[in-house]
Amino acid sequence: MDLQLLVTIFPQVLLDGILLGFMYALIALGYTMVYGVLEFINFAHSEIFIVGAFVGVEILLGLKSAGLLEAIPWLPVLLLVLVAGMAASGLLAVSIERIAYRPLRHAPRLIPLISAIGVSFFLQDAIRLFESIWRNAFNLVYPTLDVLNRRYDLTSTIDIPLKSVVVIAAALLMLWALWALVNRTKIGTAIRAVAEDQAAASLMGINVNRIISLTFLIGGAMGGAAGVLFGVQYSLVNPYTGFIPGLKAFTAAVLGGIGNIPGAMVGGLVLGLLEAFAASYLSLLTGGAFGAEYKDIFAFSVLILILIFRPKGLLGEVVRERA
Amino acid sequence: MTHAAASIALLALGGAAVWIYPRSILAFLVFQCALLAIYVARVPWWLRAALLAFGLLVMMPVIGGRNGYYLEVATQVCIFAALALGLNIVVGLAGLLDLGYVAFFAVGAYTWAIVGSPHGNVIFGGGFPLPAWMFYVFLLVGLLVAAITGVLLGLPVLRLRGDYLAIVTLGFGEVIRVLANNLDKPINITNGPKGLTPISRPPLPYFVEYNQGFYFLVLLIVIVVILVNRRLEDSHIGRAWEAMREDELAAQAMGVPLVRSKLLAFACGASFAGVMGVVFSAKQIFINPESFTFLESIGVLAMVILGGMGSIPGAVVGATVVTVLNIQVLKGLSLWLNELKNAGTTILGYNLANLPTQLEPAKYERMVFGIILVVMMIVRPQGLFPARRRQRELAHLGEGTPPAAPPS
Repeated sequence: MDLQLLVTIFPQVLLDGILLGFMYALIALGYTMVYGVLEFINFAHSEIFIVGAFVGVEILLGLKSAGLLEAIPWLPVLLLVLVAGMAASGLLAVSIERIAYRPLRHAPRLIPLISAIGVSFFLQDAIRLFESIWRNAFNLVYPTLDVLNRRYDLTSTIDIPLKSVVVIAAALLMLWALWALVNRTKIGTAIRAVAEDQAAASLMGINVNRIISLTFLIGGAMGGAAGVLFGVQYSLVNPYTGFIPGLKAFTAAVLGGIGNIPGAMVGGLVLGLLEAFAASYLSLLTGGAFGAEYKDIFAFSVLILILIFRPKGLLGEVVRERA
Repeated sequence: MTHAAASIALLALGGAAVWIYPRSILAFLVFQCALLAIYVARVPWWLRAALLAFGLLVMMPVIGGRNGYYLEVATQVCIFAALALGLNIVVGLAGLLDLGYVAFFAVGAYTWAIVGSPHGNVIFGGGFPLPAWMFYVFLLVGLLVAAITGVLLGLPVLRLRGDYLAIVTLGFGEVIRVLANNLDKPINITNGPKGLTPISRPPLPYFVEYNQGFYFLVLLIVIVVILVNRRLEDSHIGRAWEAMREDELAAQAMGVPLVRSKLLAFACGASFAGVMGVVFSAKQIFINPESFTFLESIGVLAMVILGGMGSIPGAVVGATVVTVLNIQVLKGLSLWLNELKNAGTTILGYNLANLPTQLEPAKYERMVFGIILVVMMIVRPQGLFPARRRQRELAHLGEGTPPAAPPS
């Protein structure tokens, strides 16, 4: 075992883990918000997330073919793409709720979950169908913005590309904004009231349906933003890419305590770090017997262990147990 | 009387259609619809049984002799019907949503694949593949191994609520697939993504053609599975499952041992999948982890939901409809579209040759599953053939009279 190597790559692995963690945190917000209000796992969130990535790649490719990509500075381009991705994903989430979940609101618990799985599968192939007709290809690559790939040396052994800085900054900003929205505004109070008790909230003059739609809008928008950032960071998207990150993000949400916004961030970071370290160190530590392929197993084992030993997550569940 | 005449006529028509047009998928669909029509038609039970037996035991093999592909479809339908029946116990009767069901199928398949192929030598030294007749022994071994896996999965997740349970089982399914994909080192157990081949096929009586014999074997297993299911449903344990599904707390208060019942549900469901896994690996001769993805789990779930959760005929019909859609209708559509494309046919002034090459209907099974799940949940959550008990409950809700005592 090469101890020297382990130490040398440590900071880089840490950085990768943090990056991955923020990505999971952003996706986890969508799960956490919806679960907080409806106590329901929005299985289709992974596709809401990947739709954001696809809207982003379509706009960037459109700009590129119009020759505008190099002409405009990178920040407006990125903002435009982010806003478009957020809008698309948010609206998609709201319409999914309208069509597939609202009619089932008073059905037994498993019914909306099954419907959500159906929506998720439908969307995967719907994206594929659309891209197959539109571009005759459904594995798309984000056009590179040269500025974003510029790397900054932190020390002699680690460097960080600008895009990673952007991803982390955007994630932190959005997490803070969402936290402020939920805890500091009137809308946030309404959301928390609906999560607490729908009937009582509606007696207090809160339009429950509108608040639920709003929750889906916000969660979906966060997912869309995560999708765009995912695309910028990892470049390759296809309609089925969203599924595994979605599952991991859900794990992160449970890990941090579902329904809990700071919890989503903590859970995301812990999971991201665990995974990054598993991916780089597992094969080194076991002498090549187990490689990076086992990182997914790692994530799922964490989920199972958490659910068994600390089902309310690291920071505690905000949702009250429904009888 | 008209029902009887109509169903006989339809069966004859379907058989004749396939005989005359052995390559037409529509003809085979007519035949399949005829079997379904016989099942729902109001005819005396002996006539229904006789017609179904004639259709499945005589006409189907003959049709298979005309076009071997249809026999393949029928065999696949049987395998998935048994899987759907197994999942039906876990999801339909016990109300535990299992999203990683295909893991047990994989366990069964690998159990036979490892010892039934030369790969066994790599692990255990010499003496492999085992003689082909051991297949019949390994039907039982596969059952046991899968049942133990089911209990192992069940133990840690017993305390979880419905939707958490679903996610954990999903994770478990993925774990099994990742293991199958990567256990080619440090010890080569599964041979990784390359898969295992050639897997021995069971010896069958010589007087039938091999594929027909295999069809009979699978059909026999499905019939056994159906019988076991029916006995389970009205047994002590079956009622405990249903009580647990309706209200866990109340069931516990009435003396249902929750832990034992849940574990039994997992073990029973898993054991069917294990047996079918053994059969599947023998049928395919080659297996690799690609056959055991999450997509398959959801496919089986879609079958159970479509037919009606907790309903035995529902699970069989659901399996048939979904499998036929998948491997017959969508594939047929793909072929047809390709033919039209190659011929350069024009529809409404649009030349089909310009269609994007990536557009292949056969690749859109997820969409089919998705639509089935969403639409069924909204429009008809009880399924196409609801369970009898559900039906009685619903009828009772409508009339406001107490339900009739269940037949003892």
